[in-house]
Amino acid sequence: MNIIIPIKQVPETSNVKMDKETGTMIRDGVESVINPLDLYAIELGIQLKEIHGGKVTVCTMGPPSAQKALREAIAMGCDDGILITDRKFAGADTWATSYTLSEAIKNMGSFDLVLAGERATDGDTGQVGPGIAAWLNIPLATYVSHVDEVTNTHITVERLVEEGYQILKMPLPTLLTVVKEVSDPRLPTLRGKKKARATEIPVFSTENMNLNEGSLGLKGSPTKVVKIDYPKVTRGGKMVSANGEEGINAAIDELIKFLEEKELI
Amino acid sequence: MSYVWTIAEQSKGKLRGVSFELLSRGRKLADKMNTQLCSVLLGSNVSDEALQELIYRGADNVYFIDDPRLENFIVETHSNVLSDLIREYKPHTILAAATSSGRSLMPYVAIQVNTGLTADCTELDIEEGTKHLLQTRPAIGGNIMATIKTPNHDPQMATVRPKSSRPLPEDTGRVGKIIRLSLKDELVDNRVEMIGFRKDLEEFVNIEEAEVVVAGGKGMKKQENFGMLKELAKRFDGVVGASRDAVDRGWLPYPHQIGLSGKTISPKLYICAGISGSIQHLAGIKTSETIIAVNTDPDANIFQLADFGIIGNLFEVIPKLNQRLENYKKEGK
Ligand SMILES: Cc1cc2nc3c(=O)[nH]c(=O)nc-3n(C[C@H](O)[C@H](O)[C@H](O)COP(=O)(O)OP(=O)(O)OC[C@H]3O[C@@H](n4cnc5c(N)ncnc54)[C@H](O)[C@@H]3O)c2cc1C
Repeated sequence: MNIIIPIKQVPETSNVKMDKETGTMIRDGVESVINPLDLYAIELGIQLKEIHGGKVTVCTMGPPSAQKALREAIAMGCDDGILITDRKFAGADTWATSYTLSEAIKNMGSFDLVLAGERATDGDTGQVGPGIAAWLNIPLATYVSHVDEVTNTHITVERLVEEGYQILKMPLPTLLTVVKEVSDPRLPTLRGKKKARATEIPVFSTENMNLNEGSLGLKGSPTKVVKIDYPKVTRGGKMVSANGEEGINAAIDELIKFLEEKELI
Repeated sequence: MSYVWTIAEQSKGKLRGVSFELLSRGRKLADKMNTQLCSVLLGSNVSDEALQELIYRGADNVYFIDDPRLENFIVETHSNVLSDLIREYKPHTILAAATSSGRSLMPYVAIQVNTGLTADCTELDIEEGTKHLLQTRPAIGGNIMATIKTPNHDPQMATVRPKSSRPLPEDTGRVGKIIRLSLKDELVDNRVEMIGFRKDLEEFVNIEEAEVVVAGGKGMKKQENFGMLKELAKRFDGVVGASRDAVDRGWLPYPHQIGLSGKTISPKLYICAGISGSIQHLAGIKTSETIIAVNTDPDANIFQLADFGIIGNLFEVIPKLNQRLENYKKEGK
């Protein structure tokens, strides 16, 4: 089974603090990591390879420094990494990104499965996975939470929807976007890290891909960002202490009053 | 014809509430451009009364493609149908819900019809003069708000989160047309087969579409303690959610998880107890209208986002609150 996993490098947010004065996020000195939601796709890919054989290729579109993310994925157990990088790719929206990634995937030869995270934690759109499926004209299942069965021709998956889990039998090749429930990502091993350092990472760019230049990067993106605001996220709400019988009663009195004012009761 | 379209959703022949929420967003845009608002529904076996309600709640026209092959959402067929309609009718703007189906359908369609798409918009407006759709959305866990437009492509397309807008009141005086269209065979894509549906949780909750969510975190200490949160949720006709730490401990199943690696919600009221308010948790609740938090730690990050914070022991506060709300219901005050 040949599996391709497009991943994204994003700013690490676990250690990010909020600035109490301005109420915005402090992003200085933030490191880059693999999009945490891509880790579930990587883990699933490695598990499927371990059971069914084949290989797992990770790829990422980004600056040359994004190869660090590829090496991290290889250290977890992926076989190959491909860096898709070019100045002309910069500033791409989800439409242009999914176009470029789909062309890169076509360039990688035959495959059975494309696995992607549900969305990236920075852009937060969840549109690139479905977009790649549309460009490649292959079937798509989003929000996949379980893989039930894999045969030579099909994969049966459960897809988390509002009312429960849809069970879908998908012909290969197909594209799945996965949620956390699908797997529990492993940590890189020492051996994996060694291998990752030694692995050669081929580069795909406009020079060795056959791309429509008008569909690339900022220029090729249908959507344009016209304004960015940093909203104050802190709300400066009312605070009450609930200590002892009386304190608790008083706090609840206040809360009831608040709920009444907001017409919530 | 430059109409505004909203994509209605159905499940087993019943319209989902988000169909009406989208109409209130769409109505504003259509009025601003002095054009018509159409609700587009792909499904099967939807009653005339249900279709009529779309008109009572803001639509001028309803396009209904009624076919058993559209009963279950399968992205390939649904996007073929929607793309075909777009090519034929050329709408100006399309709004869809940021649901499991809307978030799959719209990015697929955006590629098929060659236009942009903006996810999870919290504000939508029409730019004077150009009539471009101005789409404002949170990114990076709600820490920035970006305003986006699609200047050179049509239609203008955006998704909107469930519960982020209220439906218009039903106005039975409104008149409109219900247009039934048949499904073209060549648009049906049989590659993917839905072979079953699993709903084995005793109460499968849909936290993204609930008006009120009551959540617990690690501070709940054990699974049984979620009973008091369920009771509280019930008093508001709401549902129970959890932080990742609570889900990872098996206290509630994953569909209840709120935050970066779970669901993003925009309820009218979010109440949480024993949740510290990590940046990943806050990413999932930032667009909640009102937030109430109970935590023993006065410095807990969750209080930064709370509209009302109670510094106290949840095991004392929540049962007392339940009791108080019970009396309130009885005495009407
Ligand atoms: C990539 C990534 C993705 C993540 N995704 C998510 C996500 O989707 N959702 C999510 O929630 N987290 C997520 N996390 C985890 C997140 O970082 C926190 O670890 C988690 O949110 C903490 O959960 P908690 O608030 O329940 O527990 P804690 O942080 O341990 O907080 C428990 C709180 O309970 C309070 N408490 C204890 N006893 C009482 C009492 N008797 N009465 C009142 N208060 C009490 C404590 O003061 C404390 O504030 C993610 C982390 C990473 C790295």
